[in-house]
Amino acid sequence: MSEATNFFSKAGGSAEVAARFADLHPPLEKTAAVTEALRCLYCFDAPCMGACPTHIDVPKFIKKIASGNLEGSARTILEANILGASCSRACPVQVLCEGACVMHRYNKQPIEIGRLQRFAMDALHASGDPLPFTPGADTGKRVALIGGGPASLACAAELRRRGVRAEIFDARPLPGGLNTYGIAEYKLPLAESLREIDMLAQLGVEFHFDTMVDAARLAELEASYDAVFLGMGLGAIHKLGVAGEELEGVTNALDFIAGYKSGTLSDVPARVAVIGAGNTAIDAANAAIRLGAKEVHMVYRRGSQEMSAFGFEYEHARQEGVRFLWHVTPVKVVGEGKVTALELARLEYAEDGSLLPKEGPHILLEVDLVVLAIGQGTHAEFVSMAGKDSSKVRLERGRIVIDRETGQTSNPKFFAGGDCTNGGREVVDAVADGKRAGIGIAVWLAAKPEGQHADA
Amino acid sequence: MPTLETTFAGIKCLNPFWLASAPPTNCGEQIMRAFDAGWGGAVWKTIGEQVTNVSSRYSSIDWNGQKMMGFNNIELISDRPPEVNLREMAEVKRRYPKHVVIASLMVESKREVWHEMVQRAEDAGVDGLELNFGCPHGMSERGMGSAVGQVPEYCEQITGWVKEKARTPVIVKLTPNISDIRMAARAAKSGGADALSAINTINSITGIDLETLEPRPNVDGKSSHGGYCGPAVKPIALNMVQQVMSDPLAALPMSGIGGIGSWQDAAEFMLLGAGTVQVCTAAMHFGYRIVEDMGDGLLAWMRRKGYETIDDFRGLSLPNMREWKNLNLNFRVVAEIHADKCIGCQLCYTACWDGAHQCIHLDRVDGGMAQPVMGTDPRYAQHEANPHGKPTPAMVFAQSVKTIVTTPIPKLDLDGEGSNSAVTPLARIPRVDVDECVGCNLCSLVCPVPECITMERVETGLPAQTWAERVASAESVKA
Repeated sequence: MSEATNFFSKAGGSAEVAARFADLHPPLEKTAAVTEALRCLYCFDAPCMGACPTHIDVPKFIKKIASGNLEGSARTILEANILGASCSRACPVQVLCEGACVMHRYNKQPIEIGRLQRFAMDALHASGDPLPFTPGADTGKRVALIGGGPASLACAAELRRRGVRAEIFDARPLPGGLNTYGIAEYKLPLAESLREIDMLAQLGVEFHFDTMVDAARLAELEASYDAVFLGMGLGAIHKLGVAGEELEGVTNALDFIAGYKSGTLSDVPARVAVIGAGNTAIDAANAAIRLGAKEVHMVYRRGSQEMSAFGFEYEHARQEGVRFLWHVTPVKVVGEGKVTALELARLEYAEDGSLLPKEGPHILLEVDLVVLAIGQGTHAEFVSMAGKDSSKVRLERGRIVIDRETGQTSNPKFFAGGDCTNGGREVVDAVADGKRAGIGIAVWLAAKPEGQHADA
Repeated sequence: MPTLETTFAGIKCLNPFWLASAPPTNCGEQIMRAFDAGWGGAVWKTIGEQVTNVSSRYSSIDWNGQKMMGFNNIELISDRPPEVNLREMAEVKRRYPKHVVIASLMVESKREVWHEMVQRAEDAGVDGLELNFGCPHGMSERGMGSAVGQVPEYCEQITGWVKEKARTPVIVKLTPNISDIRMAARAAKSGGADALSAINTINSITGIDLETLEPRPNVDGKSSHGGYCGPAVKPIALNMVQQVMSDPLAALPMSGIGGIGSWQDAAEFMLLGAGTVQVCTAAMHFGYRIVEDMGDGLLAWMRRKGYETIDDFRGLSLPNMREWKNLNLNFRVVAEIHADKCIGCQLCYTACWDGAHQCIHLDRVDGGMAQPVMGTDPRYAQHEANPHGKPTPAMVFAQSVKTIVTTPIPKLDLDGEGSNSAVTPLARIPRVDVDECVGCNLCSLVCPVPECITMERVETGLPAQTWAERVASAESVKA
């Protein structure tokens, strides 16, 4: 069991990386924050609140910024979203709260909700105060949470507030999952993720690091804990399945981003190709530029209209200087021991809309580093081994099936949330899932007759 | 072409914009700069026996990020020797013969002292005198200022003393710190005043420092009530000007004062009878230059309305102010929400439920919440529908919070909540129950979008009838 920790102090990272990955959205100055807060109309049943998966009462926290009640503002955010600080930086607010702002229809700019939320959370951190919550009276129950990402963290916080012990098991040496290792540093620095988790540790959330949970370990946990929360996210990034993929100089976006964030990777070669066109691909491509690459190409088999990245992420990548190669697909990674080029086939649409190789010569794109970002697989299969046949945790296309309101799986003792249930969405979706599951677990535990401990 | 030239109580004015007796008219140098900027007249900072002022002197209240919505001062009359002020008055009049210089006076309540001061001011060549019966702080403790203005008998007596001596028009400046301003105005009129000015500042405490618990403005940890002015007081001033101007026993040429900072403000005072207007706070906030648009804007409005002179529209709104009992009870308007303009903020909805008559509903889209609801709140278990059988705001909000939403994924979730839609979802556009709407205006007042909620006249089919008429007819029936 972990002692009281200070994860924040364990954040490595170089000053050079910090300088290159300065805030994409800089913090608001106090006067600017108040001015912005005063612009908010204070809508009733505000659309921004409805658009937030965690339903932060946005007008309420904004009005508190305007009134100078920063303590109350932070509490309002945290009541709904215990990871309000990281969400304020990591959320694609353009398609969430800010996208829903009625100001769009008022011929005005939407309220800068994300930056205001960060302002309130930064103020809390600067005050040195702990979370404005206390652990509930001890119920004697304990829950194992698999994976230390946003879903588990949010779930653990709800459990602690209800007097349930929450122990997080994570394969990595630091907590936070993708919040710590996977979000572009110019949005959410690794250290900021850890600062937020320190506050959860103060609430009594416990951590077991460097702990892989497999089917056998899961069975042990099931036997000794009152409930299990599955929040282990997605698995590895897909392989291309072409020759040369094993060459040195071929990596994947998650390792690449985690590498530069945690300080194990501080520069990149001159020519980089990123395969894929999702938000993670864009984070990787932008990072390559900021880490010193001279030429970064994104390689995608379809066109800009079909890319899965948000429009504003695409625009950001263009501004960073990323180049795009549309309607091409890698057929071979070229190199002798080390990658030197990427062989690309041109694609065209068949009449039925499917993509077919186009006649003609292949393109040889000279590159020194290939970063794969073509989506992650699932790795939840091992959980379906837990439980008896009748009470297995049911999966669908590799995703854990849950009751949306409580997070409960087909095995009543197992709850789940986040990417392993939704196939990969945003941090805030994982937080919302974790919050609902935390409440769901506490309600379920409270309703369970005594002595029914570990019914395996 | 319309003109701003006007005559006020016999004083010829280049324009109706005067600086009020206050810090902007403290000395001749300031007033000459003000005349250069376009002011038509200035009422000199009140002169009398030389005083000592405190430090600090001003405080203000801001509102929603706007500075100085209301302003307060505890400054007394001029702290310069009277002879210096008088010498400078003479010089200003010599250099600016066409501009109006009014001497504001406040001295001990003795006939010979007033006579002497009137003589000295008129010898300096001023165009008129303003008697400061309004200053609410400091001077009132010494039996002057509002201590005079609050007692009609003193007001009449001193006005009479001044009139015995004065050869130029005498303007009496009224205090609002009185239960019925008409009493002081009538007294001034019976004392022989040629004109009135209203209002002086209002007794006020603008605020308290929540760290030190000391009120503002802070004078060595203490404060004293001050005189309130600025945009916040305009409605109070308009009412008092109207009360005086609608009273035949009180009405005289009126110089309107109180929160004036724009041509619209000036026009409103004039429509209630003011012939000139006096400005202080706005000039203290933004400088003398504000007068340019006051003139420019007023002339443009006059052109649009076809008025040649200020007298063409002065007082035109007075007949439209009535006692309540003379308003038509059979006139009815109802709110209309123009859905094409609505942005979906729902401020009208919450305002109507909490602040008005519960007749705006969120039921344009059929669904669970459109069903009549029994009871408003479980704590009021009335077992009957709330007054309108509709969900309360708390119910609407609770339903919203229960909804599970996720971040939209491009190409998958095109119409998510955060879809930047240029069109307000129908479910967010409130509906007015026109049968229940009492026409209070509240929704249209809170709506942030111009012309989105309008108040539309509904034909009641009833002849106009006032409360007074209704009572009279009921009595005639009884009789």
